[in-house]
Amino acid sequence: MTQAAVSRDDAPLNALVLFTFTGVAALLAILATAFSPDPAFRFHGWVMIGAFVTAFMVMAVGLANGRFKDEPTRYHDGVVRAGVIATMFWAIAGLAAGGLVAAQLSWPNIFYFPQFPELNFGRLRPLHTSAVIFAFGGNALIATSFYVVQRTSKARLFGGAWPWFVFWGYQLFIVLAATGYVAGITQGREYAEPEWYVDLWLTIVWVAYLLVFLGTIWKRKEPHIYVANWFYLAFIVTIAILHLVNNAALPVGLLETKSYSAFAGVQDALTQWWYGHNAVGFFLTAGFLAMMYYFVPKRVERPVYSYRLSIVHFWSLIFIYIWAGPHHLHYTALPQWAQTLGMTFSVMLWMPSWGGMINGLMTLSGAWDKLRTDPVVRMMVVAIAFYGMSTFEGPLMSIRAVNALSHYTDWTIGHVHSGALGWVGFISFGAIYCLVPWLWKKDRLYSNTLVEWHFWIATTGILLYIAAMWVSGIMEGLMWREYTPQGYLANAFVETVAAKHIENVIRTLGGVMYLAGAVIMSYNLWRTIRMPSSATADLSAPAPNPLLAAAE
Amino acid sequence: MSGLTYETVAAFAQQGGTIYFGLIFMGGLAYALWPRNKEAFRRLAQLPLEDDDHV
Repeated sequence: MTQAAVSRDDAPLNALVLFTFTGVAALLAILATAFSPDPAFRFHGWVMIGAFVTAFMVMAVGLANGRFKDEPTRYHDGVVRAGVIATMFWAIAGLAAGGLVAAQLSWPNIFYFPQFPELNFGRLRPLHTSAVIFAFGGNALIATSFYVVQRTSKARLFGGAWPWFVFWGYQLFIVLAATGYVAGITQGREYAEPEWYVDLWLTIVWVAYLLVFLGTIWKRKEPHIYVANWFYLAFIVTIAILHLVNNAALPVGLLETKSYSAFAGVQDALTQWWYGHNAVGFFLTAGFLAMMYYFVPKRVERPVYSYRLSIVHFWSLIFIYIWAGPHHLHYTALPQWAQTLGMTFSVMLWMPSWGGMINGLMTLSGAWDKLRTDPVVRMMVVAIAFYGMSTFEGPLMSIRAVNALSHYTDWTIGHVHSGALGWVGFISFGAIYCLVPWLWKKDRLYSNTLVEWHFWIATTGILLYIAAMWVSGIMEGLMWREYTPQGYLANAFVETVAAKHIENVIRTLGGVMYLAGAVIMSYNLWRTIRMPSSATADLSAPAPNPLLAAAE
Repeated sequence: MSGLTYETVAAFAQQGGTIYFGLIFMGGLAYALWPRNKEAFRRLAQLPLEDDDHV
């Protein structure tokens, strides 16, 4: 062993700093729990004590055994593997919660326990939205971004042990958010329900994420920053800004859960929807476009159709998206010029969105046969098609006259789900189907037939879902605005609820089919991981391209 | 601060913002279309296809 190799066995500074951090965090959590007068805060205090003490002890054992040594010549894939597993775990949890709340909308007495407010629909619904958006989508974004930034920068992840902090810190955020909703701890902001101390924790995790990502780009060996990394970076930076502004709040006490927003009235509403719509634009769009720009060319073995277009796509998308939020506040106290501004920018968004869709689809030029032979490619192409469809539907719905009909109806729910299930879900599933054989060094997936089953069950489920919501949404919108000849409203609200019972049942079926697809996928991935590794597990041997095998 | 009215702030933000963002966007567009970048973009479009397993 050379001197350099021996000295590398010493614990690196980054791991010692993280070790100290977990120790201090555990101590603070214990003190906060001991002195808090708020039972809800103490409940979350115990969750944090559990997490930090466990992390502290695991790190102590790891440091004592010489883990955490840096391996600068290898990619850091362990954290990506953990991210893939977490993504599928939260996908099943979040989709199952969605199936449950959909069933409750169809049959209100299902899973209804008046004596347990923890299981009330009003608490389970944010559990579903946060689980699918932040737990499933967020883990997919963090895992793929860590994979892609290393490959396209030709550099190992920056920060040594800190990518693990990002991963586990984010899981802790999810657990705090989810248990908080069930316990009734919420600040009631759409897609930003966690209270102030959970927001602060996410801020710490997110800054670490930004530093790991930027540090990897900083030490890249490739002179250019690949376009996927631009999209990931826009996602990370913008979410940080949105999160900080929207969650500006004053807690009633340092050891209390409750806080009050810094904003009030229409300013509060605008801040909320500036945040909410850009969570769609930068969390659910920009980050997943980064996936598209790496995994689609990689899987079909064709270059990006137009790299120029990808640059124009990027800059036009981020310049326009940030202004679209006011379309959520048509016919409210928001000044009409602001509503018109939001609507105009939403309509303009159609151009970069379809530019990006064309760029993704045309990357298949010369490899269209893979649509027939490789169900993973088909899944990603259908994802891009749903991206195109929902980014056409969105601008349409942002027009004030259309919004007058669609707003507050199931049409909005259908629109969100064609984007979330069709675009976000399918592009993530496609990326993960690619990643698992690459990360676990397998020649192929366990079963392409199971991917076919997943694809067709889930696609049918999405179509049932969005078709049902179009029908029920337009129907209830028309019923709400129907007048009698005497000038009274023709329908009581409950009549509009009763009228869409069948559509709600169909929507539940569609959602459960989508969940079934994710269960099939998890089984397929588990069997893939358990297959014997390919001979190329030895890094000294040149790796044959795993794509060809998987496409057979 | 009598000069700092809603109208002056709004005019500064609207006109200044339009020019500022317009120029940055034009910069991005020029970068994308600049003929000298063509070769680099041709190579970058292939970047995901390169061998994966080595740093």
